[in-house]
Amino acid sequence: MFDLYTKRRLTNTIGLGISVAAMAFGLFWLCWILWTLLDHGLPAMTPVVFAKMTPPPGSAGGLVNAIYGSIAMTIGGTLIGTPIGIMAGTYLAEFGHRGWLAPLTRFINDILLSAPSIVIGLFIYEVYVVHIKHFSGWAGTLALAIIVIPIVIRTTENMLRLVPSTLREAAAALGAPQWKIINFVTLRAARAGIITGVMLAIARISGETAPLLFTALNNQFWNENMSQPMANLPVVIFQFAMSPYEDWQKLAWAGALLITVSVLALNILARMLFRQSSSTH
Amino acid sequence: MNVTPNRIVVKDLNFYYGKFHALKGINMDIADKKVTAFIGPSGCGKSTLLRTFNRMYQLYPQQTATGAIMLDGDNILDRNQDLNKLRAKVGMVFQKPTPFPMSIYDNIAFGVKLYQNLSKNDMDERVEWALKKAALWVEVKDKLKQSGMGLSGGQQQRLCIARAIAVKPQVLLLDEPTSALDPISTAHIEKLIDELKEDFTIVIVTHNMQQAARVSDYTAYMYLGDLVEFDETSSVFTNPKRKETEDYITGRFG
Repeated sequence: MFDLYTKRRLTNTIGLGISVAAMAFGLFWLCWILWTLLDHGLPAMTPVVFAKMTPPPGSAGGLVNAIYGSIAMTIGGTLIGTPIGIMAGTYLAEFGHRGWLAPLTRFINDILLSAPSIVIGLFIYEVYVVHIKHFSGWAGTLALAIIVIPIVIRTTENMLRLVPSTLREAAAALGAPQWKIINFVTLRAARAGIITGVMLAIARISGETAPLLFTALNNQFWNENMSQPMANLPVVIFQFAMSPYEDWQKLAWAGALLITVSVLALNILARMLFRQSSSTH
Repeated sequence: MNVTPNRIVVKDLNFYYGKFHALKGINMDIADKKVTAFIGPSGCGKSTLLRTFNRMYQLYPQQTATGAIMLDGDNILDRNQDLNKLRAKVGMVFQKPTPFPMSIYDNIAFGVKLYQNLSKNDMDERVEWALKKAALWVEVKDKLKQSGMGLSGGQQQRLCIARAIAVKPQVLLLDEPTSALDPISTAHIEKLIDELKEDFTIVIVTHNMQQAARVSDYTAYMYLGDLVEFDETSSVFTNPKRKETEDYITGRFG
């Protein structure tokens, strides 16, 4: 007896089954990756990692210079990229209703958003590194900033578009000029979403290797000078993991675990922030 | 029919959404310190008419108005009319409560700060005055620093009314102010409208005919962009001159 109801139930069961299988497939690899990472990374995670510089081939050492370099360049890239991204995103959402500039910017931004990061590294290499004739922390910071900008533009625009137009009308009805409406009402209403976007951008750049290879390169010693080549976790992992030395490989695992854990922490923080402020709405 | 002086005089007002002719040659006088209600089926143009009084349509480039709306001897529709000054004189409250994402205190102070540089004390007094006028003071006086988004729907709407009157406008436009509220909050707001008309000229758009009958002194019935009938509320509801009006208010249509 294949009536309509049974048929619908069957379709539902099959659909659900396929979806669950797809989820299990995805999670399986993810868990495997995490497990391997923990398996190799945890034993390598000793206090020395946070105390000593990256060692010469074949000897023991730590990652502290690379950790510092990564943090410095990530913060620098975020500080440069975020204001530009928020302002451009605000332009697109609040002023970009007519004319050709906004659609063009949006289109280019979408391309930039999906551009391979190695292209951005090569770009900074060509326009900056070649001219100052050496690799530097600033070059790495610039490359990371260029990755941050399109992400922040996109989230800012999307979050501002979610702000109901009645809120803008209400502020306009009081006689508020547009810059006040944007600064005090719409940007504030979209704040949680924009912060989440910035957090996700930070998470993205803290694992980027390719743009740093041609810009910050690496440095075996402690260096706080942004005008000099700078050590950083992704490039160190790249270099150490490919080497035949066991000490280096261990450090690479420790670095990989470190990046993963910090990205995870950032994502959880972003989620908590978003949930907290959307529940008060 | 008006014995009271007029606050707003509408002359030959036409309104267009792009090519669509939404208001067709409207002429009407809005009486000072009275409540005027606009009723009519959805899409008849009553909200559109309301939104010309503070030139809200200006936010949307494809919307245009012709004719004249006189307020204090100035034509509101005149290009030279200063929009911010106009909106200081004409406040507006919307259908859905629209508290700004800031504290209750700042919600009220936001509008006042646009026009006046008040000392901390004067601002405190103004906020208290507006909240008392809007019958919200007792409920929020201990949590002025909390977010306005945390209030209930009815409280939020009264906050929006307080915000609008804090600027001390002459005219208060209410665009279906109670359609998103429960009956108790609605009763609060209707009582409030009755008190506010001592100080303000009030224009209210409503879908609820009982509400128009309860709160307004004058009622305008609109249909398809035309002003069909406009008179004292008692005569519109008890003795309508036009057949269309009678059909609408008796529920035979719309």
